[in-house]
Amino acid sequence: MAWAVMNWGLFKIIYRHTGEIGLDSGWHEHEFFIFLGTIWIINSLIQTLFMANAAEFSELIRTGNLDFALLKPIDTQFLISFPRINWSQLPNGILGGMLIAHSLRELMQEREIYFSVFSIPAFLFFIGCGAVVMYSVMICLASTSIWFGRNQNLYNFWFYITNFYRYPMEIYQRSGVGMALWGTFTFVVPILVVSNIPARILAQPLGTPWKSWEWGLAAYAIIGSLWSLMASRWVFKQALKSYRSASS
Amino acid sequence: MLESAVIWWTFFKISINERLIYRADFMLGTLMRFLPTLTQIFLWWAIYDVISNTDTTNSGTRPDGNIAGYKYGDMVAYYLLVIISRAFSSMPGLTGGIANQIRNGEVKKFLIQPVDMQGCLLIQRLAHKLVYYLIATLPFALVFFLCRDFFIEGWPPPNALAVFFASLILSFLLGFYLECCIGLIGFWFLEVTSLTFIYMLMNFLLSGHMFPLELLPAEPFNIRQLVEYLPFKYLAYFPAAVFLGKIEGPEMYRGLLAEIGWVVFFIVLSRILWHRGIKRYSGYGG
Repeated sequence: MAWAVMNWGLFKIIYRHTGEIGLDSGWHEHEFFIFLGTIWIINSLIQTLFMANAAEFSELIRTGNLDFALLKPIDTQFLISFPRINWSQLPNGILGGMLIAHSLRELMQEREIYFSVFSIPAFLFFIGCGAVVMYSVMICLASTSIWFGRNQNLYNFWFYITNFYRYPMEIYQRSGVGMALWGTFTFVVPILVVSNIPARILAQPLGTPWKSWEWGLAAYAIIGSLWSLMASRWVFKQALKSYRSASS
Repeated sequence: MLESAVIWWTFFKISINERLIYRADFMLGTLMRFLPTLTQIFLWWAIYDVISNTDTTNSGTRPDGNIAGYKYGDMVAYYLLVIISRAFSSMPGLTGGIANQIRNGEVKKFLIQPVDMQGCLLIQRLAHKLVYYLIATLPFALVFFLCRDFFIEGWPPPNALAVFFASLILSFLLGFYLECCIGLIGFWFLEVTSLTFIYMLMNFLLSGHMFPLELLPAEPFNIRQLVEYLPFKYLAYFPAAVFLGKIEGPEMYRGLLAEIGWVVFFIVLSRILWHRGIKRYSGYGG
């Protein structure tokens, strides 16, 4: 929670010095805080539902207790993904929701925002897509502990990867390295798309109606989340093949 | 005298070996540490484009606006230099470690053995840090070489460079004794996690870890002025600002003196806390 507030403070300060992030990208202060709130919601979903389980999975591999999970007549990935819910991470998401509501109200006083009965369901749907993609990334990261023996850096890796999806994609769309990053985190690991699309639904940084590329990107977000789910499933299965069952 | 030197040397050697176990992991970890800086570069690029109202997306030039005296290059250079300051001043696990030892009674060994607790911990940290620098030099050099263009002014004058290095070493001592003091509060509170957390927050916001302190607002209340009177800025901001020439001349030396003052203050404070603490200590646990 404190991290979230700090993050908010950082951008409060940044927006004292600039009006927008990315020239003509439309990410003014209120728009950006809607984006930030979206990130908090996705993060808190992941941390509530999967983070502890992924860490537990690493531990199961190290101790060899994964044997018991493998023997059970239920899909292993399902079994290790959902046993625990870490409620303590939920407040961040609620905070994110509040930040979005507040920023949206401010924004509506400034300019016209297109808002219909579909906005909220669409927003939630793409948040869901976001959670799916981030879940896939986490499963892949956790699976690496089968090969590495132990993955103490799971949280670090997680932090470093999510670091790339915490900003509007416009900031990357420049120069060689930036385009490479943008391409990687859009098409290979689609984490940028899933943070940007839900935020764009509410914030509409470029106004309404959406530009055609925004529609394309939204469609791609759905394909991307399906593809990453399949990829993570494949990585998980491959990793299981190398499981040597320590200490048993 | 000689005897205690031998003891310290042994501690030192053990700690060095401890750290050399996972070399490859270490180097990779160091490189990963620069990833957030990569996004920072792009974030600030996007911001500076707006400030200077130029679109430098594919022109190969840099936006030339400035924020609080920092040009785009300065800003990136600042973030890179802060990583160096933090490599000296951050002490992961020190506070918690001390408090744990107090809680579970391990601290008893320092009451029985003729070794000083702070001295012992300091030697261990020193060894860990030295190994870290040894291994991290390569990735650091690589990253700084790739980013050399961001250092618009080039190398600072020799006296600033000397102050830079001195302030880094001092920031190591400051970080160590400051966190030591917080850990030693464990004699009274037993659990210092929340204190550590508050410290970490302050450190993040007020040390210049997140952004150059010049960006802090002067109103509604003057945080910008406040941080001048706190020890935090020496943990990240000060060395970087000296290197970039943001602080120079007499002000630079004054800053260095103030840093020395803070180090002495926290050394004395930690000795006092330790002596008061062991009087209060009741030795729970086995």
